[in-house]
Amino acid sequence: MNLTLKVWRQSGPSDAGRMVTYRVEDVSPDMSFLEMLDVLNERLIVEGDEPIAFDHDCREGICGMCGMVINGVAHGEQRATTTCQLHMRHFEDGATITIEPWRAAPFPVVKDLVVDRSAFDRIIQAGGFVSVPAGSAPDAHSVPVRKEDADDAFDAATCIGCGACVAACPNGSASLFTAAKITHLGLLPQGQPERLSRAKAMVDQMDAEGFGGCTNTGECTAVCPKGIPLDAIAQMNSDYLKANAK
Amino acid sequence: MAVTGAVMVLFLVAHMIGNLKIFLGHDSFNEYAHALRTLGEPILPYRTLLTITEIVLVASVGLHMWAAISLSRRAAHARPVKYVAKKSQAGGYTTHIMRWGGVTIVLFVIYHLLDLTFGVVNPKGFDSEPADRMVAGFDPSRWWVTLIYAVAVVMVGLHLRHGIWSAFQTLGWAKRNRYHVLRVTAAAVSVVLVLGFLAPPLAITFGVVK
Ligand code: HEM
Ligand code: SF4
Ligand code: FES
Repeated sequence: MNLTLKVWRQSGPSDAGRMVTYRVEDVSPDMSFLEMLDVLNERLIVEGDEPIAFDHDCREGICGMCGMVINGVAHGEQRATTTCQLHMRHFEDGATITIEPWRAAPFPVVKDLVVDRSAFDRIIQAGGFVSVPAGSAPDAHSVPVRKEDADDAFDAATCIGCGACVAACPNGSASLFTAAKITHLGLLPQGQPERLSRAKAMVDQMDAEGFGGCTNTGECTAVCPKGIPLDAIAQMNSDYLKANAK
Repeated sequence: MAVTGAVMVLFLVAHMIGNLKIFLGHDSFNEYAHALRTLGEPILPYRTLLTITEIVLVASVGLHMWAAISLSRRAAHARPVKYVAKKSQAGGYTTHIMRWGGVTIVLFVIYHLLDLTFGVVNPKGFDSEPADRMVAGFDPSRWWVTLIYAVAVVMVGLHLRHGIWSAFQTLGWAKRNRYHVLRVTAAAVSVVLVLGFLAPPLAITFGVVK
């Protein structure tokens, strides 16, 4: 396959940035999106150009490092898929593909497609933990958990913190990420004691980081590689309202 | 947003039912308009409950707009650099017109008050019976007024299709397995309101009600 890429290039946080067009030839449909960029980068290095910086680690869809907005969609149009797990067979030969970083003020661009997601770490630090000695994995059923709660907590726990939800949200809100963490911990017995104070601390931190407010557009769930459901946000709102009513 | 929106939705339901009284004749409609002012009498003075309702509504509109403006501003601050390409994935047409829809609605509400409440832009003026103002306002010769009302009412319907559902989510009362029911309910309430509000002006313009 031969492709035309329009890629956001930005040499550093203070650079204004711009779209630069590249041709990539002989791309195999079996390549992942990141492998396709590797091919381009090897050529750029040989030609003495600066390679395109992008984040990645596991390349198997579990670490949450990768992520770029591909043709206007966070992680590309393939549903429930991280950028590293997106394959070139989903694109047409001769296609033009635009590639941009996550765009949000709390996620400043470090370089090209790499953004600084420390804001998520600070939200976790504000309350994404349990202050009980959790010990090693307990015996199954030593603490009974309703099946529905276990399932919902597990679904929420699959969030890999990639930030696609923020990138896709027209308001630049981090509600889906924060809600996933609040739901995950708040539904389990170990997370109960701090349930409300956690919701308050994490939501307040999210607002302090400069993320926008949620208007329930649903853009986040649609692009989330883990399919975190929108009702996690309802759960977060409920806990947050209760915390403030106290 | 959710609480002030809910206040306005409740108002709209009552308002729509009131408007439909025009189908029962001028007297019925005028009596209803009069009853709004004398509600609670003789225990309460003339117009007490109506004035309270008006204050609550004005406060709701004000707070709702304030919340909408601060949400828009936060959104603008959170994304100072726009995407070169951006494609919506949630397919929610109504969610994307909330802000402009709201602005359209508020402009319409101003016109509407000048027309049927204060009579400033109504052929019958202020010193007239409410039903006469309504019938004269939507006279076939003033078809364009009916058209403005129709467009505005449809905008309200679209606003509420997202808004009602969204309010449940904001208040934390939504759950995945209830989403379908909530969305259908939001759409049904919106459709009933649109039809209920459209019926009187259309009936007058097309000569069904004189
Ligand atoms: C005054 C002009 C108005 C403006 C500028 C406006 C704007 C907005 C905006 C920006 C939102 C938030 C977007 C969202 O939740 O997706 C919203 C939500 C909403 N609006 Fe309006 N609106 C207006 C009038 C109305 C009216 C007249 C009603 C009801 C009859 C109404 C009912 C609602 C409801 C129920 C919500 C959802 C609340 C929530 O999710 O928390 N709005 N409006
Ligand atoms: S909620 Fe989904 S999109 Fe958001 S950070 Fe977690 S995995 Fe990524
Ligand atoms: S590189 Fe780890 S999820 Fe994509």
